[in-house]
Amino acid sequence: MADGPVAEVLLRHLEAADGGLDSAELAAKLGVDHQAVVGAVKSLQALGEIIEAELRSTKRWELTAEGEEMAREGSHEARVFHSIPQEGLAQSELMRLPSGKVGFSKAMSNKWIRVDKSAADGPRVFRVVDRVEDEVQRRLQLVQGGQAEKLGEKERSELRKRKLLTEVTLKTYWVSKGSAFSTSISKQETELSPEMISSGSWRDRPFKPYNFLAHGVLPDSGHLHPLLKVRTQFRQIFLEMGFTEMPTDNFIESSFWNFDALFQPQQHPARDQHDTFFLRDPAEALQLPMDYVHRVKRTHSQGGYGSQGYKYPWKLEEARKNLLRTHTTSATARALYRLAQKKPFTPTKYFSIDRVFRNETLDATHLAEFHQIEGVVADHGLTLGHLMGVLRQFFTKLGITQLRFKPAYNPYTEPSMEVFSYHQGLKKWVEVGNSGLFRPEMLLPMGLPENVSVIAWGLSLERPTMIKYGINNIRELVGHKVNLQMVYDSPLCRLDAEPGPPRTQGAV
Amino acid sequence: KSDLLIKPPVYKRVMPNGEIQKLIITEETAKIRPYAVAAVLRNIKFTKDRYDSFIELQEKLHQNICRKRTLVAIGTHDLDTLSVSPFTYHSQAPSDIKFKPLNKQGVYSCTTDNHLKHYLHIIENKPLYPVIYDSNGVILSMPPVINGSHSKITVNTRNVFIECTGTDFTKAKIVLDVIVTMFSEYCENQFTVEAAEVVFPNGKSYTFPELAYRKEIVRADLINKKVGIRETPENIAKLLTRMYLKSEVIGDGNQIEIEIPPTRSDIIHACDIVEDAAIAYGYNNIQMTLPKTYTIANQLPLNKLTELLRHDMAAAGFTEALTFALCSQEDIADKLGLDISATKAVHISNPKTAEFQVARTTLLPGLLKTIAANRKMPLPLKLFEISDIVVKDSSRDVGARNYRHLCAVYYNKNPGFEIIHGLLDRIMQLLNVPPGEKKGGYVIKASEGPVFFPGRCAEIFARGQSVGKLGVLHPDVITKFELTMPCSSLEINIEPFL
Repeated sequence: MADGPVAEVLLRHLEAADGGLDSAELAAKLGVDHQAVVGAVKSLQALGEIIEAELRSTKRWELTAEGEEMAREGSHEARVFHSIPQEGLAQSELMRLPSGKVGFSKAMSNKWIRVDKSAADGPRVFRVVDRVEDEVQRRLQLVQGGQAEKLGEKERSELRKRKLLTEVTLKTYWVSKGSAFSTSISKQETELSPEMISSGSWRDRPFKPYNFLAHGVLPDSGHLHPLLKVRTQFRQIFLEMGFTEMPTDNFIESSFWNFDALFQPQQHPARDQHDTFFLRDPAEALQLPMDYVHRVKRTHSQGGYGSQGYKYPWKLEEARKNLLRTHTTSATARALYRLAQKKPFTPTKYFSIDRVFRNETLDATHLAEFHQIEGVVADHGLTLGHLMGVLRQFFTKLGITQLRFKPAYNPYTEPSMEVFSYHQGLKKWVEVGNSGLFRPEMLLPMGLPENVSVIAWGLSLERPTMIKYGINNIRELVGHKVNLQMVYDSPLCRLDAEPGPPRTQGAV
Repeated sequence: KSDLLIKPPVYKRVMPNGEIQKLIITEETAKIRPYAVAAVLRNIKFTKDRYDSFIELQEKLHQNICRKRTLVAIGTHDLDTLSVSPFTYHSQAPSDIKFKPLNKQGVYSCTTDNHLKHYLHIIENKPLYPVIYDSNGVILSMPPVINGSHSKITVNTRNVFIECTGTDFTKAKIVLDVIVTMFSEYCENQFTVEAAEVVFPNGKSYTFPELAYRKEIVRADLINKKVGIRETPENIAKLLTRMYLKSEVIGDGNQIEIEIPPTRSDIIHACDIVEDAAIAYGYNNIQMTLPKTYTIANQLPLNKLTELLRHDMAAAGFTEALTFALCSQEDIADKLGLDISATKAVHISNPKTAEFQVARTTLLPGLLKTIAANRKMPLPLKLFEISDIVVKDSSRDVGARNYRHLCAVYYNKNPGFEIIHGLLDRIMQLLNVPPGEKKGGYVIKASEGPVFFPGRCAEIFARGQSVGKLGVLHPDVITKFELTMPCSSLEINIEPFL
């Protein structure tokens, strides 16, 4: 635009002008739209010191649409006057005319017309004077011609009251010569080109200054999902600590592995339809390791392995019921059972991160499916102190160093602990996981040696992710209602780095 | 000997001064809710708080251990309003039962009341309903449904008759023990519970409550070893006594004899005692140590492959989605022009909404729904997901299995088949699978099906087997998922590439 015709004309006028010129005046003189001149001024400004432009605010009077109509056709009262013939006009007829109602009262107050109420067929209107001066129209035409200043203050406000006139603020530029003024604008090169490099002509060309405040062009890239980026980090942490990944490739599980093998009794409320998704098809598990099943049955119903048991009638058909697993601890049970079949016993560390399903009430932070993280250590002589030590190592890798432990209850661990860490942002202790030693009633029927203890802990993947990325509603993170822009924009998952500035309102 | 400031209560069952209260179970009842236990809290003093607490305890027990009254139901009655025992735990045809339920006026037939309906299902299908009468024929209660108002407990009640009936004898006894131990504190003869007798149809009679104290012996070093502390046996005994598990060192100085009161039915193994010791010691006082377990970590090959592929899919310009494993039948069948029975899908029983009818057999619907929810995003939309689908499989012990699928979609003003095809070529390149029918190579062959536009669908064969399909989606599929632009997709099973 700086090399456009308007800009060139402007420069020539400026050269000839004394002191400077006004953009609006120039626009009127050239017969172009004021905005075109403004555009030229701005682009000339961008070139450097060629011009100086000062923003000015001027007020102008303009006619409204009605005012323009009146300037053309005459005021309502004049039109009324002119529509009354020598013999007068019935008032009712007069009122029906377009300008009738408004013009009538004005014409009356101007004493241009009079009403004879005693006329035979209704009130009749007559001219009082022979001719009239349409003062209003004359004034409007003055304004139209750009000579509004010729009207007095009182006259102008009267017209404004009648909504025939408005005051308009016009922003114009007062343009004057700059220190580097020249009428010839050389074309600004936008970019270096191969020809310029080979010919060396770039040395003689001016280059348009870069606007370093504008954004660049984002590369056309793919993106990884934030929750899965966090999963990658947790996997990494477990691998760094020497934990082996357990197979968890079965969303469908039998009640046996999900509950009974974990010493969770068949009458436990968690086995209700309300908390667990049971299956219609396939409704029952086809195979179970029957020797092991019998040991589990005996432990539940009669006790054994040093336990009183629960003393209730344990039913095989209840254990066969298929469900969507409610925790990955069922995969842990399978892994421990396999481990127990290998003699001699080898100390092992296991982990898994996979999907689980709960048939619970859904809200902003709970969905029917989520991901559980689970870590397990099986060795001789493990203690609660070891569990706490492992947890401290694990959470340190997450950047959490302050931990406290609280007694808790799980059907399959005893002792059990809830793990709390201090959240700097919320200024309080928040639960970050659940843990414990697996009960002997769970481990011994599997065939694990008596002095082997198994410590385990778990947490959800979604909760730390929502805290890390400042997401309040889980549906924005998981599922098809995800906000793809959030996926595009989400930063690297660096679990042990300081949290960045909050990106969303009211971050958790 | 004990350094406790408050001595633990010693709960005692005492025989009554006069006649013992008897509850007789008839034969008919034995077929429906066969077990009953009973006890009396004599000369109890209720205040408003204690009374509210008494009611609340029953509700909590009903919800939890009684498993919403199906296993055990509790009835509490003002003994002074009832005539002389014995009480009879009988069963009658519903139409024959008429009584005044709690908090209601009038005499009711049991099938009409709203509150009763909640628990009615427990006995609904039985021809006879259990009822407890006193010797005057006044109804105490209709377990598990509700108590009669005649014998309703008030703040002024002085003598309480408690009966627990149900299908689990152990739980009924535990529930009774819990109630009487908690509230015997307010009896004139503190911590005593008056015995009641229950006579079973076979003539055998039992006296309740059991209020059994049990002794367990645990080695001190076991507790030390499990918790990770080094306390002397005497100190451990003190810790346990502070938890009201009265303990003392016996035998060779390493054994601890622990008395387990009737309030601790949760103690069924030594590990329960270990936890109590740890709690008394204070979890946060335990020294944190690291296990000496030396292990080399191994990744699950399937997950390792998934992680590698994910990164390169993003490098190829596609964005990762994470969609639900559960969906509606429509999503995996009707909307794709398929019949649900052909999908071998796993079905969930009693889903609350259509969103939880089946487990997905393909990743495609999830990706299409993601696009539909992100219509305002600039085109093209290129999404992928590498995750599990579920199908029935009778060769697996549970009858179903997961498969790890990779699915990608391209959604734009033009279908972009060549882009999806190019993506497949790139994936095969990354998996080191060469093009061509030679051994270990891959090839695509024209195919057809309702999911894809006719003539623009191909099946992918690699390493000798079909691994999936790619193509331009059929317009019907596009519209059924509420989309408007052309779309092409690719879905393969990555397990053959392990």
